[in-house]
Amino acid sequence: MSAARMLSTLAAGVLFGFGLSYATMIQPEVVLSFLRFQDFGLMLVMGGAVAVVLIAYKLAPRLMQHPVFDDHFHAHPSAWNRDTAKGAAIFGIGWGLCGVCPGPAIAGLGTGNWDLLWALGGIALGALVQGLRATKP
Amino acid sequence: MNLTLSLFPLGWQHYLLGGLLVGTGTALLFVLTGRIGGMSTVFSSTWSYVVQRPFFQQARFVDSRNWRLVYAAGLILGAFIWWMGFAGGTNQATAVPVWQLAVGGFFVGYGARLGNGCTSGHGICGLGSMQLPSLMAVLTFMATAFLTANIAARWLA
Repeated sequence: MSAARMLSTLAAGVLFGFGLSYATMIQPEVVLSFLRFQDFGLMLVMGGAVAVVLIAYKLAPRLMQHPVFDDHFHAHPSAWNRDTAKGAAIFGIGWGLCGVCPGPAIAGLGTGNWDLLWALGGIALGALVQGLRATKP
Repeated sequence: MNLTLSLFPLGWQHYLLGGLLVGTGTALLFVLTGRIGGMSTVFSSTWSYVVQRPFFQQARFVDSRNWRLVYAAGLILGAFIWWMGFAGGTNQATAVPVWQLAVGGFFVGYGARLGNGCTSGHGICGLGSMQLPSLMAVLTFMATAFLTANIAARWLA
């Protein structure tokens, strides 16, 4: 990985982590209050993020021949199948129980919120077990 | 009753601005490096450093594991900047019980990886690239999360 790409990736992550924290998404209580219909803020976070990304994903490949520090734009197609359905359902159950998803679990470390290590450890373990049980890529 | 206040009792500006920043981070990653920056894959790709099982040694994990860790480090650094600059380094803790964090976390990790995406992967990147399967995934996990959170609030509180 070139230094420019590494710095770009780090800077993108910094914005992401700062935004998550600024929006208080790293506080499980705030996420849970959304899931309990007490505060709809998460809709604005999601909506705001999706709006910016939608524009960037649409416009960048039209306006630029290639990304600034790579030779092509990547794509990550998603598929709807049994695993996606089961996985999403299980993810939601976990999210509804703890109020922590992967981004905030990682970002939370930067605020010294060590309680979130329990969630981070749980996520890492869950990802390991999923990979050990997987029969197809 | 004021509608804004009933929908957003803690205010709405910080949610919108924070969301725009999250989106800008994801957009910047794409514009500068061409990459799609969902978050949950790092939990599988990082295992590829130590687990030799073929599943973890797939190219999609091995080839992306370095930048995904850098991206995750950026998340920590960004949150640290917020903590120091905007929260005065005050003690951050959560009242959610440890077992809920750990067990919930386990399902989050297992489910996100089985379903190939989380709130940022299917939610932000998937919806941002207008993929129907991601919309279905978002609707699915929102539904089970609403159910679980409300049942938990009633029975566990």
